[in-house]
Amino acid sequence: MEWSDHGFLLSSRRHGETSAIIDVFTQEHGRHAGVVRGGTSRKIAPILQPGAQLALNWRARLEDHIGSFQVEPLRSRAVAAFSGRLALAGLNTVTGLLSFCLPEREPHAALYIRSEQLLDLLGQDDLWPLAYLRWELALLEELGFGLDLTECAATGATQELIYISPKSGRAVSRRGAGEWADRMLPLPPVLRGHGDAPDDEIALALRTTGYFFENRVAPALGNKPMPEARARFLDTLSRTL
Amino acid sequence: MRNASPIDILIELMAKLPGLGPRSARRAVLHLIRKRALLLIPLADAIREVAETARECLNCGNVGTSEICEICDDEKRAIGEICVVEDVADLWAMERANVFKGRYHVLGGTLSALDSVGPEELRIPRLVDRVATENITEVILALNATIDGQTTAHYIADQLHGGVRLTSLAQGVPIGGELDYLDDGTISAALRARKEV
Repeated sequence: MEWSDHGFLLSSRRHGETSAIIDVFTQEHGRHAGVVRGGTSRKIAPILQPGAQLALNWRARLEDHIGSFQVEPLRSRAVAAFSGRLALAGLNTVTGLLSFCLPEREPHAALYIRSEQLLDLLGQDDLWPLAYLRWELALLEELGFGLDLTECAATGATQELIYISPKSGRAVSRRGAGEWADRMLPLPPVLRGHGDAPDDEIALALRTTGYFFENRVAPALGNKPMPEARARFLDTLSRTL
Repeated sequence: MRNASPIDILIELMAKLPGLGPRSARRAVLHLIRKRALLLIPLADAIREVAETARECLNCGNVGTSEICEICDDEKRAIGEICVVEDVADLWAMERANVFKGRYHVLGGTLSALDSVGPEELRIPRLVDRVATENITEVILALNATIDGQTTAHYIADQLHGGVRLTSLAQGVPIGGELDYLDDGTISAALRARKEV
């Protein structure tokens, strides 16, 4: 078995004395793990940093085997990530969430392209929070937990949509919520692509998407704990407001 | 290891050391046996003594032979500066350079969600205590230029926010380094941190 693809690194861990097991997200082969021989060497270890864009060649005797990667660096995102704490926290949350949510060896080409575009914006702190919110919505959609924000789930109205039903993930209007309003999640305009997307609205919207990751995605994955990196990112974002 | 001779046991144990495999362990053991008086006996004595006395410094996490290591015990090094390093090997590297005259704090790793290493697994709460009680004016974050290293640095900075000067090591061209062989990340970092000549 052999294939070549492009991808970016999600995580790397030492394997034995000289090798590393890497987890990458590739365009055509999805999330994929493999061994990099000599991956802890001075030459290769600096390449194997989360977010690094790599040309990958995977080889194994049988498809079920973990196999081994040959990696060529295409571009590093470390400098962009080191440019500030928001960028670093952002990179950690993207790689952490992808590792958390995606099954192995299942292609998600559209999500891959969005993820790569998002990572290329690292360091542009004025654009990044909104781009990240859009990416989280796309990730929920890809996982089958997409939010339907087009009309009120109760009345069908398209005006005054200010809530999201925590049960269905659908928008609810002020009238439609009625006495259940206090049980609803907030639907800031930025989630529907409206308004100027101020940072406090983005932070509020991320708390809403976070609810669906914690209460819908995580239970579907066997109640794995959410990556701490996301909470740290939200904390960093709220302190930069 | 049942019924194995002491020499086989020694070879098997030596083969577990970093950088050694069964073959090189066999060569090393053979060499030790041939140099019994010169190497084997002093080595055995030294290993026994280290096994009995080596411990982590209660203050900084350095490895020494007493509860408080020599660096923490040295009054001349109480200059109000703490250099935070990931590992004892990093502390030794800094000491080899012989440029830092303050004290150290060894974290014992970096934050890593993948390996479930959180702040409590590292010595971050102890560092916060030390900064509060040892009249510290500057904390130098000498952590690796990796995503995990820098994430840890930012976390520590958040914990120590206010009252103390926080600095980190520069990143750029190494001494003796040739630009042609540097990765694009290092070149960008070096260019950003350029200085007047």
